[in-house]
Amino acid sequence: MSLLTTHGLEVFYGDFQALFGVDVAVEEGETVAIIGANGAGKSSFMNALSGLAPTRRDAILLAGEAVGGTPAYDMVKLGIALVPEGRRLFPSLTVEENLLMGSSGRTVERGWTLPVVYDFFPVLRERRRQLAPTLSGGQQQLVAIGRALMANPRILLCDEISLGLSPAMVQTVYQALAAIKARGTTILIVEQDLRAALAAADRIYCFMEGRVSLAGRPAELSRDAIQAAYFGTAR
Amino acid sequence: MSLLNPLIQGVLLGGLYALYAAGLSLIFGVMRLVNLAHGDFIVLAAYLMLACVTALALPAWVALLIAMPFMFALGWALQRLILNRTLKNDLLVPLLVTFGLSIIIQNGLLLAFSADSRRLTVGELEIASWTFGDISIGVVPLITFIVAVLVILGLTFLFYRTRLGRILRATADSTEIVQIMGIDPRHVFAIAMGLSFVVIAVAAFFMGVRANFDPAAGPSRLLYAFEAVVIGGLGSFWGTLIGGTILGVAQTVGAAINPEWQQLAGHVVFLAVILARPRGLLARA
Repeated sequence: MSLLTTHGLEVFYGDFQALFGVDVAVEEGETVAIIGANGAGKSSFMNALSGLAPTRRDAILLAGEAVGGTPAYDMVKLGIALVPEGRRLFPSLTVEENLLMGSSGRTVERGWTLPVVYDFFPVLRERRRQLAPTLSGGQQQLVAIGRALMANPRILLCDEISLGLSPAMVQTVYQALAAIKARGTTILIVEQDLRAALAAADRIYCFMEGRVSLAGRPAELSRDAIQAAYFGTAR
Repeated sequence: MSLLNPLIQGVLLGGLYALYAAGLSLIFGVMRLVNLAHGDFIVLAAYLMLACVTALALPAWVALLIAMPFMFALGWALQRLILNRTLKNDLLVPLLVTFGLSIIIQNGLLLAFSADSRRLTVGELEIASWTFGDISIGVVPLITFIVAVLVILGLTFLFYRTRLGRILRATADSTEIVQIMGIDPRHVFAIAMGLSFVVIAVAAFFMGVRANFDPAAGPSRLLYAFEAVVIGGLGSFWGTLIGGTILGVAQTVGAAINPEWQQLAGHVVFLAVILARPRGLLARA
């Protein structure tokens, strides 16, 4: 059984429909990437999975259990944690306070605790007393990832984590994701940076205009097929 | 004429204004809600304590201890049942709803307690004072000021040194992002309103001991609270003490120059601060 599956997932914002029946499956321990152009519905997909956008209950299954439409504050307790697009750290909180916020919903102190996250991202330990906005963009992204990990998620959702970062920092962030995966956490990323997505993912789904336009393993997909699915035009 | 005495009286009066303002500032800081019924809830709490004192023959300070948890529950319920429904993206709706509550409370109190002025009594303490030359420091005003400092210290500790405080500050930053941290902001707002109402109970006690109150006394308490918050800086607890003190000093010094200038001097200083520093003296970012 897949860890996470969506069946005919639809998302509406008022009268505007962002997703039209999306089917995605993520296996335990996998890294799956959702790629696609701006407005393809990637962020709506993440919002639905994290509970920020309402959906039908049976549209999202977590380990076989229907969880669609669960409020965000309960979804994270079920094991779905989101690194939101644009990092969205709490600006008036320190780095350490931001990380601790990530563990707000859990009751037992195990797995990704503060010392474990600091061992993972030593730079954050050095800066733990600083206010979050005083860090560089890349360091802020590490805080955002660490904060989501503090919830001990079964699946980590990362929305556009390379956006606005230097190429060196993108590499650092993706090395961190590989290490997180090596610890057994399932990862679902949304990524506009095709190269980063193809390198990191076991499997990809390409979205176009709110639908899945292509799915498969990076090695098995041709450049042309990906480009057609991404831009909607074959060269 | 020496201005030292009015200066000292003004600082002590500022403690009372800081107590009015601290609860208002807390709510604005956490959920950007301006509670127009804040002053009326202060008066309501004072009547509640008065009822305890008269009906159960309790000392006023025991009535305060009873009123504090009761007011927490009232604030919590008010937020959960009514105000949470008004907090969308429109600032006008909570303003209208709290304005309506203000009218309901004033008329309810008028019905229950008549328009007579009342006060809370604490025996001989009320008139006790220390005199140094031509300066006289009342025990009750001094206690009020000390309690105001303790309340602000307590709130600062709560906000910056505890888990609850971290959650309150994070919720003030983003109600959306705290949700993906596993927190229901409606619950956080209810706790914040409950805390504000505990401060309201303390403010009501000292208001009732220091001076007379009647059912229509709420709006002017709101005005002082509002002015103290704006002078001190929105969302800053120490700012409410500074703002309250400046307002208190302006009023007593104004009154010392000409008794008719008490209110006027306070409002003029308020306007001057708005003109010079629109974000207040200790504005939080």
